[in-house]
Amino acid sequence: MEDVLRLLQLSINGAATGCIYGLIALGFVLIYKATEMVNFAQGEIMMLGGFIAYTLVGKFGMNYWLGSGLAVLITAAFGYALDALVLRRVIGQPQFAVVMLTLGLAFIFRAGAGIAWGYDSVAFNTPFTNKLVKFGGDVVLGQDNLSIIFGTVLLCGVLYLFFSRTRLGIAMQASSQNQLAAYYMGIPVRRVFSLIWAISAGVAAVAAILLVPVQMVDVNSGIVGFKAFAAAVLGGFGSIPGALVGGVLVGIVEQMAGYYLPTGFQEVTSNIVLLAVLILRPQGLFGQVIRKRV
Amino acid sequence: MIAPFKTRYDQDLDLAKGPGSKIAYAVLLLVTAAIPLVLGEFYVGELGGLFIFAIAGVGLMLLTGYTGLVSLGNAAFLGIGAYTNAILLARGVPFLISLPAAGLLTAFFGVLIGVPTLRMSGLYLAIATLAFGSIIGTVLQKWDSLTGGFDGFAVQTPTILGFKIEGAWGVYYAALIVLVLVVWVSMNILRSPLGRAMVAIRDSEISAQSMGINLAVTKSIAFGISAGITGLAGGLYAHYVRHLAPDSFDILLSIQLVTIVFIGGLGSLHGAIFGAAFMRLLPQAIAMVRDDLPFGLGQLPGLEPSLFGLILVLVIMFEPGGINGRWVKLKRYFQAFPLHRKPAARRQKSYAKSERLR
Repeated sequence: MEDVLRLLQLSINGAATGCIYGLIALGFVLIYKATEMVNFAQGEIMMLGGFIAYTLVGKFGMNYWLGSGLAVLITAAFGYALDALVLRRVIGQPQFAVVMLTLGLAFIFRAGAGIAWGYDSVAFNTPFTNKLVKFGGDVVLGQDNLSIIFGTVLLCGVLYLFFSRTRLGIAMQASSQNQLAAYYMGIPVRRVFSLIWAISAGVAAVAAILLVPVQMVDVNSGIVGFKAFAAAVLGGFGSIPGALVGGVLVGIVEQMAGYYLPTGFQEVTSNIVLLAVLILRPQGLFGQVIRKRV
Repeated sequence: MIAPFKTRYDQDLDLAKGPGSKIAYAVLLLVTAAIPLVLGEFYVGELGGLFIFAIAGVGLMLLTGYTGLVSLGNAAFLGIGAYTNAILLARGVPFLISLPAAGLLTAFFGVLIGVPTLRMSGLYLAIATLAFGSIIGTVLQKWDSLTGGFDGFAVQTPTILGFKIEGAWGVYYAALIVLVLVVWVSMNILRSPLGRAMVAIRDSEISAQSMGINLAVTKSIAFGISAGITGLAGGLYAHYVRHLAPDSFDILLSIQLVTIVFIGGLGSLHGAIFGAAFMRLLPQAIAMVRDDLPFGLGQLPGLEPSLFGLILVLVIMFEPGGINGRWVKLKRYFQAFPLHRKPAARRQKSYAKSERLR
């Protein structure tokens, strides 16, 4: 009984962390599907979202929901501007030039956040901080972890409806599948790409806000971005449900490794998973194998 | 004259472009050999560090600039080289054996990571090498009995035939000799069938394959050579820092190495050395002007990495040829003076290229 409970506890904690990985991986995948760019600064954008929310809610004393919503909007606008001003200019350069570009941006964001908000960890009070929920007497879970899982599911539902039901969402799908055809159908492809950047920045901000009750925001928060790679690759880099499933799996495996394996394994679990997937099944769990045509 | 006029087939294979460049490089070699007689110990030490990073830059340039494979895990190769050399020295192996051994072992690791990643291209390769780098970093930290764990350990002073290689001068000359050797070997590789195959793979894998190039073998060899050269740099780096600690071989160092290659200019050995010079001199320049900057700008803690990030972004956006590209343009401007026309240096308009397998 003890073991089952512990396993459940570890799974829930792991799933909660995994949801964060999944959301960041979702940001990678959205951008990759549309523009074939990989945004190595996704973790840093999440960190900026966290700091913006902290400024609005923690410093200015805004209502949690209002402040969070505003923070998500500001971060999304930032993502739009980033694409429109910087990334649109490097279209046509080799893929790894973009990788290096976003890595450079990550450094700038990190230093910028350090200058603007300092190098201390910050947090603010949320409705979920330090509250517990009891299930059937024995099982006690933190509301913080549950709110992450619930928030992720809700966000995914909203995104699903957006991409399948709205005009803009369908235009985004079309631009991802075939830029030229979308352009001929009258879709402003460049603006749509910038909007995709905005969405993925907004998703990162949501992840940051959901993470606040569990982990404080600081300049190095962006490091989770590297773990989210494992999630995205496990899911097949290009599959949206894959990114989320991959994130949850990586999160759970990491928690288990931290508990059952010697110290040091937890930090590299995501990397080992990543390498193993790339070696054994490069297309990931949900990716398709596509042959190259000349 | 922009390109030398060739009258013999041999000229295609010549290492030097003409008599002028032979003289120029000979003078450069003499000057670098004489520098320690003139400059103080501090500057000699810094230049030694520059040479070590130039060696690592050449190693990565062969992989990234000439074969088109990006590695974000080269700090791990540097670390493996440094630890191998230091550990072998501590066990009483002479320096002349331990340094090449460090290179060889690192080359072995390079092939090891290269082989499974052969099926991946661009992006996946970058992510896989990133993961490899961070795994090696953790191993260096946790394998206490061999690496001394977090505290690291002091590196012994090497001797060659009873002659001690110590201080800034020793590292300077050792690094200079290895750098010259590495550049010479790289130039020779690049004009051999192997080098041509590497460049062909960079430009188009499919066309290289249809010309009969064995992709797997060529890529593995490229990984091995690049890792081996980086391992040599690592072995020297151990003597440069004199005390090894695992946290110095982290992802930041990997990114610095890639930055060297990008800022210097992809696809040229000159670029690797220019990039290393830039990378090592910028912190010194910042330190010099730090106190004179207005608004307390010099006191900001994140100044250095953010400047590197900013420069990297600007280089990729506005001068993809890097410092070497700028240098070549400048040279052409003076060679053609006063007949230079602006469109000669204009970039081609580029369009989105799909790297999707479709």
